[in-house]
Amino acid sequence: MAVIRDVMPAFELFQPANLADALNLLDRYGNDAWIFAGGLDTFDWLKDRIKRPRYVVDLGGLAELKGVRESGGGVEIGAMTTLTDTVTHPVIRERYSILMEAAESAASPQIRNQGTIGGNVSQDTRCWYYRSGWSCYRAGGNICYADTPEAVNREHAILGADRCVAVNPSDTAPALIALGASMVIRSASGERVVDAEDYFIGPGIDITRMNVLNPGEILTAIRLPGDWAGSRFYFEKVRDRQVWDFALVSVASAMTLSGTTIQNMRIVVNGVAARPLRLAAVEELVRGKPRNEATAALAGELAIQGAQPLRLNAYKIPLMRNLVKRAIRGVEEWTTS
Amino acid sequence: MDYFLTWGRSPWGQQILTHVSWNLLWASLFAGVAFLLAHASYMVLSAHRKRLPAETDAMEAMRPNLPPRIARHSLAARMFHWVMAASMLTLLSTAFLPIAGVKFAWVTWHWMAGLVLAASIAFHVIHATFWLDFWSIWVGPKDLPELRAEILRELGHDVAGPKPGKYPLGNRLYHLAIVVSALSVIATGLTMMVRIRTPLFTRNPYLLGDASWGFVYVTHGMAGVALVGLVIAHIYFAVRPDKWWITKAMILGWITRRQYLEHHDPHRWVVSETSHGGTEARRL
Repeated sequence: MAVIRDVMPAFELFQPANLADALNLLDRYGNDAWIFAGGLDTFDWLKDRIKRPRYVVDLGGLAELKGVRESGGGVEIGAMTTLTDTVTHPVIRERYSILMEAAESAASPQIRNQGTIGGNVSQDTRCWYYRSGWSCYRAGGNICYADTPEAVNREHAILGADRCVAVNPSDTAPALIALGASMVIRSASGERVVDAEDYFIGPGIDITRMNVLNPGEILTAIRLPGDWAGSRFYFEKVRDRQVWDFALVSVASAMTLSGTTIQNMRIVVNGVAARPLRLAAVEELVRGKPRNEATAALAGELAIQGAQPLRLNAYKIPLMRNLVKRAIRGVEEWTTS
Repeated sequence: MDYFLTWGRSPWGQQILTHVSWNLLWASLFAGVAFLLAHASYMVLSAHRKRLPAETDAMEAMRPNLPPRIARHSLAARMFHWVMAASMLTLLSTAFLPIAGVKFAWVTWHWMAGLVLAASIAFHVIHATFWLDFWSIWVGPKDLPELRAEILRELGHDVAGPKPGKYPLGNRLYHLAIVVSALSVIATGLTMMVRIRTPLFTRNPYLLGDASWGFVYVTHGMAGVALVGLVIAHIYFAVRPDKWWITKAMILGWITRRQYLEHHDPHRWVVSETSHGGTEARRL
């Protein structure tokens, strides 16, 4: 059991007033620097004394990273925009309601007031073995304690495991991938933009990280194109209790229809792997097919191909299958039939 | 010791070995490149003794019945060498490129290449034991006179002492280092496969205790970083112009009569002289 020690280890705190200063600090301190956004993930690590950064760079003072701006037919959300400000923005509510639903499902109102969208997508996994500070693969060791015969692994991965079976905990990540978002990353040497889908990485690529951010880089903004704005969205998050909990499995989809035929679709599940999984095979399968129970059932079966349950999480397989089905056929139309 | 090893903490609060420190990768790379530069400089600047062309001419004149091509490596031996080389390079690339910052899904490629290496070495052990002169590649006290003669030649002296048999002394010493490193890396690598998901084994992370697993991982890492330096040295010698005849023999399987006489001791690597042009290398 994790021991809450409350008193954080000493570190040097920097509160830069602009992005250039923040990037210079990160460039100067490299691996020794820790980026502090809303602090909700950070304080867990620091108070448990599991992570002991020498330098903490607080991005809270960077006004340029806050707010939602319309641009080029889409919107750009500053990475330091709080989840509350994201869900209350009229454009998000009107055109990107799936993101509103996803962000609104995160934690509690108090946490959403403090937590940022950049922090939500970049947060570390909740695997309790890892967060207890043991030397697992993800922490640089040589074992996954969650993938042992006696492990308590109810929340862990059924897909994409590669030594580590931790899952991505973000609620907004699957919605952003479904919307075709791109992530703007800045460093002292310049800017790069990656698809949201490629922002997240699994343990096969890098077992110690959950995203492509290198030391010295900051996620500065998230761009939502207009392509999927206002399409038929579906978001559902299944959790043990209905407030303030991480997803066991979540699904996010964006769909365009021609009559009852599915024209195009993007569908993403989270909580089943170390990265949100876009189900490209399912998207391909349902394209051009009628939106009905048969198509949904077929897609559900395809979605779980290759799933490998651990000791305590076999329930995630039918859960994922059913969430995919519900994302495709919808819920409202079927509850009365 | 933290410069060489990394430590972790078990759920029982015990300090456990986890890995070799990847600082050693850079140390091995540096050592390999430094050796390369030092040797290349020495070869340019030193007065090492080479057999004069006239001497080789005289030896050729005395052995007119030696065939023009002397078989050096059988097809099976060459195939083993190149399969092993490909798997070794794949193993080193998949192991160390991610550490150097080139990120890709490496684990499956790594263990598959490891299995190829293990199988090729198993083949080589059997082949060398039953079909080749097993002891011709090993070193021992009997090689001290050759070592002394080689050192003196490198220092510019004209020494009448023993020339190499089929394999030069440096070659045999390198083989010994590779045997130790490769067998260590294979034994530990096969053990580590029990800990990951493959279609071959049922995972058993409890096969060994934490301390024993730490030893296995550290040994694997130590042998791996050693192989980085050894492979650099091997490739360096393979591409050196003065050693190209050896590399060519590993491709074609034979060396010329002149190369045989110039570089080897015909008494230690005996080749039958036949009238029909074929060759037969006796096992000495």
